[in-house]
Amino acid sequence: MVDTATPRRTTNRGPGRLLIAVYILFAIAATSRALLQIVTKFDEAPVAYALSAVAALIYIVAAIGLARAGHAGRRLALVCCSVELVGVVVVGILSLADKALFPDETVWSQFGSGYGYIPLLLPLLGLVWLYRTRPTTP
Amino acid sequence: MTVAAATGSPVDGLLATASIVLSLLLAVWSLVSAMRNRPPDRWQLIGLGVLELLLLALAVVALVAIAGGDRPGEPGAFFGYLVTLVCLPPLAAVLARMEPTRWGSAIVCAVCLVTPVVVVRLQQTWEVLGG
Repeated sequence: MVDTATPRRTTNRGPGRLLIAVYILFAIAATSRALLQIVTKFDEAPVAYALSAVAALIYIVAAIGLARAGHAGRRLALVCCSVELVGVVVVGILSLADKALFPDETVWSQFGSGYGYIPLLLPLLGLVWLYRTRPTTP
Repeated sequence: MTVAAATGSPVDGLLATASIVLSLLLAVWSLVSAMRNRPPDRWQLIGLGVLELLLLALAVVALVAIAGGDRPGEPGAFFGYLVTLVCLPPLAAVLARMEPTRWGSAIVCAVCLVTPVVVVRLQQTWEVLGG
């Protein structure tokens, strides 16, 4: 009973691994973009570039949390997905309301439209996946 | 034979087209595998290897052009996409090997759908200023 249930209850197997793949993808994309923006032209749009870096960090930590599974990993992933969801919604609204605040695109601008709205979808999928794999209360 | 002779853009030519086509073929193949509940097979991994070689060649062509004095329209974004691009097939291969289920094939499919998009973005970020 326990043996068959174990793979279902861990975040780093099956569909979870696909989710981790997409998180790593965004971690690489956001990190390389943020690093180059900060190194080459931080003064042009400090808010946008700092935000890119924060987003990049969150993708990295979320991927680690999902991959490590376990109790601490799940909590880490939960925090990251939540922050990510709030971030993409708030930044999405702000970037539409006040263009001057984000003169250059970030991963989360316009709800991630530059990335096929995947930044908006990803934290939702993450939260659903964490819920689906939630530990059964003893 | 120069790959980029037609447009002057080093990332728009035979190599780019070949990698897009191969990537889409791999995406279809791995989607079929995932739908048939099959783990990633040898052909998916070989395909990812060939794709990586094509992308590395594309990156070398781009870097040679830059060393020769050409400049992409948006250098920051261009290098970001270039770094991401060459990481994609190895990422798919490693995760697919770790996940010997249908979801491994799904990972290959997802990455192979992203790759053509990144190649096209690479071309766009080169041409912003040059036109």
